[in-house]
Amino acid sequence: MANYSTNEFKGGLKVMLDGDPCSIVENELVKPGKGQAFNRVKLRNLMTGRVLEHTFKSGDSLEAADVVELEMEYLYTDGDMWYFMKTDGSFEQYAVDKKALGDTEKWLKEQVPYTVTLWNDNVINVTPPNFIELEVVETDPGLKGDTAQGGTKPATLSSGAVVRVPLFINEGEVLKVDTRSGEYVSRA
Amino acid sequence: MTDDWRPTATLETLRERARLLAGVRAFFAARGVLEVETPVLGHGGSTEVHLASLSAEATTPAGRERLWLQTSPEFAMKRLLAAGSGPIFQLARSFRDGEVGRRHNLEFTLLEWYRPGLGLEALIEESAALVSSVLGREPGDETRPLRRRRYRELFREHLAIDPFSAPLAELRRLAGEVGGLGMADSDRDDCLDLLMSLAIEPRLGRDGLEVVVDYPASQAALARHHRDPEDGEWVASRFELYLEGLELANGYDELTDAAEQAARFEQDNTARRAMGLPEVDVDVRLLAALEHGMPEGSGVALGLDRLIQLALGKSSVAEVMAFATPHC
Repeated sequence: MANYSTNEFKGGLKVMLDGDPCSIVENELVKPGKGQAFNRVKLRNLMTGRVLEHTFKSGDSLEAADVVELEMEYLYTDGDMWYFMKTDGSFEQYAVDKKALGDTEKWLKEQVPYTVTLWNDNVINVTPPNFIELEVVETDPGLKGDTAQGGTKPATLSSGAVVRVPLFINEGEVLKVDTRSGEYVSRA
Repeated sequence: MTDDWRPTATLETLRERARLLAGVRAFFAARGVLEVETPVLGHGGSTEVHLASLSAEATTPAGRERLWLQTSPEFAMKRLLAAGSGPIFQLARSFRDGEVGRRHNLEFTLLEWYRPGLGLEALIEESAALVSSVLGREPGDETRPLRRRRYRELFREHLAIDPFSAPLAELRRLAGEVGGLGMADSDRDDCLDLLMSLAIEPRLGRDGLEVVVDYPASQAALARHHRDPEDGEWVASRFELYLEGLELANGYDELTDAAEQAARFEQDNTARRAMGLPEVDVDVRLLAALEHGMPEGSGVALGLDRLIQLALGKSSVAEVMAFATPHC
């Protein structure tokens, strides 16, 4: 892979640091008037999700990380692995383990496109769409005529996620949910 | 359709900037300091190891020659001083290759001024007054007085280390730890610069303007030196102004010795060769001017874009420039 020098560092660039693929969040040049220049760089470790800060001497370089983000549809799980398929017409499938899937496990729905991050052709992360429509499989009975009142109750969705919903929602209804906050948005 | 033809500053900011520039000119006019303009392209450039110069090929009566974009107007202004100009100031477009970021732009405006016959203390007062006037405050504002800090005192306070007497190994260890990188082959000044930039500078000037004095002699070879009254250590007659964690200005009691200046140029280019950096043509006309004689006095360079950024409450220099480097 190519190398990137500190002056090429910019948000979104994927580089290798201490053996892990990282995405550059922020790059700040630190330079006393006539002194040596440094770059104060914030990077997100793509394996752990953690943001770390690292200082480099200006001109230092890091190896590029072979990281790509692709759109893939969720297919099924066999209990150990979860299977996704490219949406580019190639029908190519990728198996994802529990660690790479992370919290996305509770937002899985067949035929929905997810953003899948590959490092050296292995899946390291799966991000759900910002909004997803899911069916309520379990909640307390709806309260008729209570639509104007506040108050919420928990509802279990078909993907396994539990979200707070208004009291008037019933089992069997399909809801639009924000996967980033885990909050109910509206009836679908 | 991209939007990157648009200015990086709002038109309102550019109007404010123009107003502040007019204020700077009025400040110096009232003090009898002459505004000058010197060439952006010169036959000589800065040899400083950590400054990267840009150059251009030009056709002149001498034929095709290489001219250097000035990293500061220092050399030409010193030639004016030697010619008897008296006190002068300049709003000088300056160029430093590779310096682009939130606090830097490839080309930027240095406000540089020289005061023949004036000592460093008087220049510190004048610099603080200029900064206050741009910020729209009264000089000597009692609520935010100018705080004076010694370089050594800052290192003791923030890092519990003496920058003058600590062994090099200790400085390397601390710099490596603070920066999270290998500093094993760095020299004293590089270690001190890193510690200053990362551990001290962000905390300076948080409660009004702060001036740092008594730098190690090695960090200002062309400033006069004097002995630290505490322990007789050589310190440089140099100051820096800080505000809101930003380095704003750098002033010297200028050395006027031509032989010393020539030796420094030579030393720099030797270091450049050793580091595999391009050599820079020496400004022989500056050396001739110093040989002729430059009056004693002090001078200071102030990053005007940063000062305007602070005056207008912006978070980067790009926001106070019509077209910052990425959009130029």
